[in-house]
Amino acid sequence: MNALSRRGLLKGAGALVVSFSMSRAFAQEGEVAGGAPKEAVPELPGALAQSPFLDSWIRIEADGSIKVFTGKAELGQGVKTAILQVAAEELEVEPRAIEMITADTGQTPNEGYTAGSQSMPNSATAVRNAAAQARALLIGQAAGRWSLDPATLRAENGSVIAPNGETLSYGALVSSTLLHVEAQPQSPLKAPDQLRQIGQSMQRIDIPGKVTGGEAYVQDMRMTGMVHARVVRPPSYGAQLQAVDTAGVDAMPGVVGVVRDGDFLAVVADKEFRAIKAMRMLAKAAQWSESETLPDSSALPDFLRQLPREDGTVASEGTPVPSAHTYEASFTRPYQAHGSIGPSCAVALWEDERMTVWSHTQGVYPDQKAIGEMLELGPDRLRVVHREGSGCYGHNGADDAAADAALIAQRFPGRPVRVQWMREQEHGWEPLGPAMVTQVRAGIDASGQISEWNYELWSNTHSTRPGPAGALLAGRHSAKRFAPEEPELEITKSGNGDRNSVPLYVSPSKQVVWHFLKDMPLRVSALRGLGAYANVFSIESTMDELALLAKTDPVAFRLKHLEDLRAKAVVEEAATRFGWSNEPLPQNTGRGFGFARYKNFAAYCAIALEAEIDPISGRVQVKRVVSAIDSGQAVNPDGIRNQTEGGILQSLSWTLFEAVPFDRTRVTGIDWSTYPILRFSGVPASVEVHVIDRPGEPFLGSGEAAQGPMAGAIANAIRHATGLRLTDLPFSRERVRAALMQAAGTELTQNG
Amino acid sequence: MAVTLRVNGKEQSVETEPDTPLLYVLRDDLALNGAKYGCGLGQCGACTVLVDDKPVLSCLTPLMLLEGRSITTVEGLGTVGKPGPMQQAFIEEQAAQCGYCIPGMMMRAEALVRRNPDAGDTEIRDALEANLCRCGTHSRILKAVARARDLKRGGGA
Ligand code: FES
Ligand code: FES
Repeated sequence: MNALSRRGLLKGAGALVVSFSMSRAFAQEGEVAGGAPKEAVPELPGALAQSPFLDSWIRIEADGSIKVFTGKAELGQGVKTAILQVAAEELEVEPRAIEMITADTGQTPNEGYTAGSQSMPNSATAVRNAAAQARALLIGQAAGRWSLDPATLRAENGSVIAPNGETLSYGALVSSTLLHVEAQPQSPLKAPDQLRQIGQSMQRIDIPGKVTGGEAYVQDMRMTGMVHARVVRPPSYGAQLQAVDTAGVDAMPGVVGVVRDGDFLAVVADKEFRAIKAMRMLAKAAQWSESETLPDSSALPDFLRQLPREDGTVASEGTPVPSAHTYEASFTRPYQAHGSIGPSCAVALWEDERMTVWSHTQGVYPDQKAIGEMLELGPDRLRVVHREGSGCYGHNGADDAAADAALIAQRFPGRPVRVQWMREQEHGWEPLGPAMVTQVRAGIDASGQISEWNYELWSNTHSTRPGPAGALLAGRHSAKRFAPEEPELEITKSGNGDRNSVPLYVSPSKQVVWHFLKDMPLRVSALRGLGAYANVFSIESTMDELALLAKTDPVAFRLKHLEDLRAKAVVEEAATRFGWSNEPLPQNTGRGFGFARYKNFAAYCAIALEAEIDPISGRVQVKRVVSAIDSGQAVNPDGIRNQTEGGILQSLSWTLFEAVPFDRTRVTGIDWSTYPILRFSGVPASVEVHVIDRPGEPFLGSGEAAQGPMAGAIANAIRHATGLRLTDLPFSRERVRAALMQAAGTELTQNG
Repeated sequence: MAVTLRVNGKEQSVETEPDTPLLYVLRDDLALNGAKYGCGLGQCGACTVLVDDKPVLSCLTPLMLLEGRSITTVEGLGTVGKPGPMQQAFIEEQAAQCGYCIPGMMMRAEALVRRNPDAGDTEIRDALEANLCRCGTHSRILKAVARARDLKRGGGA
């Protein structure tokens, strides 16, 4: 898009904001701690409950052109394509007839964050119902014109067709007010056997552009007169700027200006590499005072256990029956990074006293609020538009980069400012997935049934998203020094640190407590799955230990403790497709199984895998993975497979390789050599995903279902291969080797 | 300093500081999106392009070394309307999630199959070891490269 049309858009924004049928409430994900609104109880399907007007979602013009609006953002998860499919389905048009408009405070409904695997249940459900109701209204219009019974009419390819073959196009039927009506609770959805788009693996609409060098990402935006900014971040979390002499930097070729605002320091140049050179020079010129604010990373679990805490009861159900055997263990998860391949980036333009920010944020409206507070700009003067970035998997540096760009752009009116974070800035400053400790004590009775389940977890909140300006680095570092929000313990249905901490398995008693830790020495926020990753890892490891105590096959043991038929079905599907058996495997090779229903109410996912452990190096190589997933009615089966394969491999990476290193002053894992992740040599020979389609069932979302089960399956395969129960993530070579040597030593002493 | 390059088959004269890495020349001076900034440290491969048919990390290669060289980016492999075999294969396999790493993957794979049209699965995997993907698209990328190799060999195999 050229600068001219961008400006055109911007000018139009005001009118759009005003005419837009605004949301009744702020859409929420149940992921936000603190003073954020609670989850709404929808009386209307999906996000229609928050934005009930049909024309918030669908607009049809007199020329027949159709626009579909979603407040959700494409994050590489394929949501734009999936929502397009449901809209085309119910509107009875070809997908190519629809233009999709995603997350833009100037145009789309406020759907909070694109997070928590909520886009399909909320946004796609809203669009599907809105589209079906729009179709009914159009048919009703035609019925009126023809004086025919609407039941005798049908819609096809953008027109309504009468029994005699006469047609009226949508464009001819629509009026400016036709769709400006509130949705009804019931929609005339197409019957499952009539579906033509839903259930098809339509190719993603964004991929052709991405593989041919199209302008696909915010990083690719080039506006007329655009300048390049780089931020000089403090050298550590607690650092404060003492002095900086900018004279040398100001004189460098192409430098447009230096911005200093409290501890916020940035430089702007005409060309990108000049901005980088100026940033380096500016970093050298800046003097900071630093302080030790971080705990001893070698004793992190102990540190977390002794932090001041507030206890939240997640479950307190039933009474235990006497146990014949019990299993007790503590599991740990380190801080882990989102580690987007493309560091965060944003473009901002301050023009005519109005700000526009293009960002790969997961929440354009929350960002608008936070940046607005920071710059004292109301929503009428600040528009946040989503543009894709590199995959984020949660709250990475996106919002911070957007705030950086806005703060800088305000100093350079009329000039679009592009801020690109450097690799070490992304690694050093992104909010990390919080470290966690869990403690389980569970038992089986004499018949091999689970007799009791007691579980505690120690964790920070898993969401410090904006909201407030203090959630943004620029807000914190600027002279106004906005303070981060005090995190608050909240027990919700979706869960946060406690997500999936209550096992789905049948037990006469379940006692689950979240020891909520307020102190956040390292910056943390939402990472794919939140607490579910560590909780499911702990639960699934324990299930295998209980199965061993019960002398029962681990898959059979799980099935014995599942009542939900869909849960049983994914477990059986994964086991059968894998060829699960008790046949002996080659030496040092093991099988592992893992299962969870995400949030205990979303997608079901089961994973079986085979792994080989090299006893000399300690290297764990996952050889093949077979999984089954049920995320309700499958809109785009290949999209679900793609997301699940991705979740499996990312979780494999977390589980085998990843822990953010830090010393007492700073995060020291600041690039791919100090924070290694999965490379191709560690990729299994095959990863299979079997989608169980449930026509007529609600969309459940798929993006985060595999993270926990994969960690459990790997741990269980290592146990099967070596007899070692590893409880501390990640299972790095060093850890595995040390555990193997220790076990061998113990054996020697015992035998000697 | 002015340096003359051949970029995707077209002569280009670039006037900029000689220490500027090729990545910024491509993105900033020539407005090409294909090469991505990922780390600037030679650790991730997102910036991979071909220099005279060899895969090169453009974030580490200064302009002054490139006088008269021939550069190929993903834009040089085809267009949306007329995708080349490597692009076709990635579309057919739907081998992208966010897609940010993909152009770098494609260029490294392109170099491999140009050098070795019969590259086997192990060679493909080994060649891609230098490139990172955070979305976990690896299995699809491997399938796409194998498919591209077959397409290039004449649609079959
Ligand atoms: S950007 Fe060049 S290797 Fe990462
Ligand atoms: S597809 Fe997102 S980084 Fe590879």
